[in-house]
Amino acid sequence: MMRLEDKLFLNRYQTDKHPHLRIKDREVCRHCDGRPCTFICPARVYVWNEGEKRIETAYEGCVECGTCRYGCAHDNIDWRYPRGGFGILYKYG
Amino acid sequence: MALRFEVVVVGAGPAGLAAAITLARAGVEVIIFERGEHPGSKNVMGGVLYRHPTETIVPGFYREAPLERPVVEQRLWLLTDEAALTLGYKSMAFAVEPYNAFTVLRARFDRWLAEQAVAAGALLINETVVEDLLWEKDRVVGVRAGRAEGDVRAEVVILAEGANSLLTQKAGLKKDGINTNQLAVAVKEIIALPREKIEDRFNLEEGQGCTIELLGEATKGMMGTAFIYTNKDSLSVGVGVLLSSLIRRRLNPNDLLEHLKSHPMVRRLLAGGESKEYQGHLIPEGGYRAIPKLYGNGVLVAGDAAMLVNGIHREGSNLAMTSGLLAAKTILAAREKGDYSAANLAPYREMLAESFVLQDLQKYQRAPFFFDQNPHFFTLYPQLLSRAAREFLTVDNVPKGEKQKRIWREITAQRSRIQLAGDLYHLWRVMG
Repeated sequence: MMRLEDKLFLNRYQTDKHPHLRIKDREVCRHCDGRPCTFICPARVYVWNEGEKRIETAYEGCVECGTCRYGCAHDNIDWRYPRGGFGILYKYG
Repeated sequence: MALRFEVVVVGAGPAGLAAAITLARAGVEVIIFERGEHPGSKNVMGGVLYRHPTETIVPGFYREAPLERPVVEQRLWLLTDEAALTLGYKSMAFAVEPYNAFTVLRARFDRWLAEQAVAAGALLINETVVEDLLWEKDRVVGVRAGRAEGDVRAEVVILAEGANSLLTQKAGLKKDGINTNQLAVAVKEIIALPREKIEDRFNLEEGQGCTIELLGEATKGMMGTAFIYTNKDSLSVGVGVLLSSLIRRRLNPNDLLEHLKSHPMVRRLLAGGESKEYQGHLIPEGGYRAIPKLYGNGVLVAGDAAMLVNGIHREGSNLAMTSGLLAAKTILAAREKGDYSAANLAPYREMLAESFVLQDLQKYQRAPFFFDQNPHFFTLYPQLLSRAAREFLTVDNVPKGEKQKRIWREITAQRSRIQLAGDLYHLWRVMG
């Protein structure tokens, strides 16, 4: 079975220094029931850090589908498209 | 001073490019904004492009466009954990011009289609995100692009921005946003395989292609489908499920894809292949009842942004192109009058309603809600059908009459006669 990290490594990205995904209110995540963003994302961008009690956002691997934006029941993700030319660059599509 | 064009198209996918090509050919000044490095570099679909609607935009496209394989066979597989019930249709009538459908890779095809728009006179601006619409009172008068001096004024804006329709929602054309039961999340892998291997494994003549849609265990019983499509020297292997069911089941899309790839009916087809790319995308699955307002003063919505996807028949690119074409025709008529107010753009919806686009979506308008509320169609029925087939095909000296009784007993133990009759009736109502 191929690991997700290895799959993302196949993809071409032009990574922006500026994250295009931002958690609006970190307090909301602490009380979130089930934290769907941590499993619905195809690229597993969101990881719950139990020690720090916060969502870590590995935006660099984002495939820009928007699933997290609609799946977050609290509408707590500020979702923008990466700036023009940045982000995922599909060779096949 | 802001740049001025007659028409701004947001998004260089099938919908936006169909509109742009039609408008540019009619002599309209049109500018297309695309956020990718080139058209297609952000775009994903399973991979079936239909000949007829594409040809209304670019006649004879199949002689020059970068296509993968003409689809000569479509298969449907109902999976359980260790078995499959299969159905299919193959015809050599699909193997000759003018063909019916093709597998494509969007990063290549969209780029080519955009070249046709540019050749017709449209201006294509890549690597540019449209961040907002420009308004004057209640009418759209242009767009704000994410670059220096990015304001572009226009008589009318076509929103062909795709499923994650930020501008359409922001413009209030889809006021209530999009719910998790109106969107499917799909992931797909491109798996390289030598041509001969593909043709041998899928029983294809040289250059021909086939599609397989998989239901049941292929999505772990969630509402959705998986698919395997043959490209020239790769396979497109993916799975898409409703976001609401994914959340309910607490599953990850990539885990579903790996589950599919390891299924005994699938793994030999992929064996030895090399993964080349991993993709994710949203599919608007809300159907007829989730369609936003399709036009306003100075604005039209087309393609995925307008939720124009027929999930039952896995059609999307054809609805997108047709909507783009009709948006362009609407604009050309409004241009005669020099008035792009909502009243003059209303024929867009009327033309869509007269076409297969809204007629098909209306026909299946109950389907998304029905299947979301009745998950046993994706869980119980595949199991029962598979068990029935196994019983019937197992030769063990039991008389066939007794086997039929056994099958019937097993089915009615799970679902009463009244429930079965109700399911059949509702299925007919929803699909018939």
